[in-house]
Amino acid sequence: MLQALATTLVVASLYALLGAGYVLVYRSSRVLNLAQGDLLTLGGYFLFAVAAAFPGAPAVSLPLAALLSALTGVLVYVVLMRPMAGHPVFAAVLVTVTLGILLRAAIVLVFTDRTRHPLQNLGLANPPRPLPGGAVVSTFDLVMIGTAAALFVALFVFLKLSPLGIQMRAAGEDALLASQRGINFHGVFALSWALAAFAGGLAGIIYSSNVRLEPSLDVLGLRAFAVALVGGLDSLAGVIPAAILVAAVEVMSIRYGNPLLSDVSPFLCLLVMLLVRPWGLFGTREELERV
Amino acid sequence: MAALGGGYFKTSYEADLALIDTRLRRAAVAALALGLLLLPRFASSFTLDLVSQAALAAIGALALNVLTGLAGQISLGHAGFLAAGAFTTAALVERGVTSPLVTLPATALVGGLLGLAVGVPSLRLKGLYLALGTLAMHHVVLYVAGEMQARAGGNTGFTIPPARVAGLVLRGTVAWYYALVVAALVVLMLAVNLQRSRAGRAWMAIRDRDVAAASVGINVARYKLAAFVWSSVVTALAGTLFAYQRGFVSVEAFGFFVAVEYIAMIIIGGLGTALGAVLGAAFVTLLPYVIDGAVAALAPGAADYYIFPAKFGAFGLLMALFLIFEPLGLVGIWRRIRNWFFLWPFRHRPLRAS
Repeated sequence: MLQALATTLVVASLYALLGAGYVLVYRSSRVLNLAQGDLLTLGGYFLFAVAAAFPGAPAVSLPLAALLSALTGVLVYVVLMRPMAGHPVFAAVLVTVTLGILLRAAIVLVFTDRTRHPLQNLGLANPPRPLPGGAVVSTFDLVMIGTAAALFVALFVFLKLSPLGIQMRAAGEDALLASQRGINFHGVFALSWALAAFAGGLAGIIYSSNVRLEPSLDVLGLRAFAVALVGGLDSLAGVIPAAILVAAVEVMSIRYGNPLLSDVSPFLCLLVMLLVRPWGLFGTREELERV
Repeated sequence: MAALGGGYFKTSYEADLALIDTRLRRAAVAALALGLLLLPRFASSFTLDLVSQAALAAIGALALNVLTGLAGQISLGHAGFLAAGAFTTAALVERGVTSPLVTLPATALVGGLLGLAVGVPSLRLKGLYLALGTLAMHHVVLYVAGEMQARAGGNTGFTIPPARVAGLVLRGTVAWYYALVVAALVVLMLAVNLQRSRAGRAWMAIRDRDVAAASVGINVARYKLAAFVWSSVVTALAGTLFAYQRGFVSVEAFGFFVAVEYIAMIIIGGLGTALGAVLGAAFVTLLPYVIDGAVAALAPGAADYYIFPAKFGAFGLLMALFLIFEPLGLVGIWRRIRNWFFLWPFRHRPLRAS
């Protein structure tokens, strides 16, 4: 039982990192970034490449890989998303789908689709840690939980207190009004993409060190996106309870059901949420109506 | 006041209703029909197979176009409808029912019910939320199909025997070519007629603004559901055709990427036009083969693992380029070229005297 609890927390941390990425982009531009899973994969491959270039220096390669992820976010905004300003939102969402396809193609072109283990070059070990009560998690499981917690604290502080964070919230509420008050909303949007790619990249870096690295990891992104919706697409605080909820349902369905059921369980959560409360647990109630 | 530049007037209701109205168009359609009829005499079986694939894709794309292009309801779950059709057929075949006379109506029924199930939430949900709902539906359908596949004894899929009706067996490239092209043409006719009839106008009104549509007396709920049901029935039938043609059904063939491909078809072709759906289906189906050919011509002996990501990437790049630079799709390009020739040497339509 304690093991299930520990596993739930680990999965929830992964989903929370990815979910934060969805929410950050959605809040700023009302675009759902369906390439979040591929940004995760990309983070893992950045780590793999950097670790191969600087073997045995995790203090260099871990931050460098995360930084590269964030830069990718900026690049994505400038090249792909900025031209979509003024287009229908759904067209922009489809552009993120094509971004996922392009990222995946690039990854397979450069790294092939073989399974990799970046940890080998990193020079770190991943020993199992027994927790009080008999549960066992790996070291990087703990890192995942710690990173998710740290990132959320940092994001809350940043958005609540720093001038840039306040500008970000303003631009997310009304980009036109914000721009008339002198906020450089293209810069702010680029920043939110950078943060989203950073969060996704962190998830990819830790997940690939912990488990394995292959191009098909992007399915994690699609599942985490149930988390973003359950919590409310525009609510960063909602991500945490939603991640725990979805992860718990998933772990339970592995224990009492089968792996196929656990694969689909995030989508079942999503469907239930859409039927009951489409704007999510903590999201802003948007214009939803009955016909 | 006579319209400037026009020399062709419709003088009867028959002329107004005719699908093929001018002599030039009649000749073009006759030539196209003759070409499609005679193609198996000249083309290799590989070409015929490509045309069949494009025709099958066109059926699905036309169905999606009604839902997304006309009615404005976004669906990321089109592969789920296809899978529902294919797996309904597989389930019936497992129980010994192999005749298409049974499987096709059964598939249509299952597809219709599924369309209704997805359509009812669409009465409350809009835009992105609806797209997410259809995406979740896709995964649930695949889950049910995967369970079915696992129950059937751990094999990788279901084998479907050839379609057989009263001693006639549908088998071989040429037979399937005719069957699929005829099916696609029938669906095309239906789609074009739906678009220009009451239902099509109602769908477009809902797409453009549902409140305004309701205020002019369109039953929004009914027409939204109708769009979902029509789209899912046709797509499920396409799934059945797919199952019979391949002779094999497996969950792996209906991933999320298939749904993306169908969306790409209607976007690359041109949203909201039947011609666009057909052009886009042909384009997306043929693209991998064109890239294969280009790679074979430019860099013979390139490793296989480079070709797959190259195809995948080219598909993504084209879709992005169309989304950013040409939202009207191939149809938009075609119209612009046509207008350029119509108007040459002028650049703009003449201003009408009022």
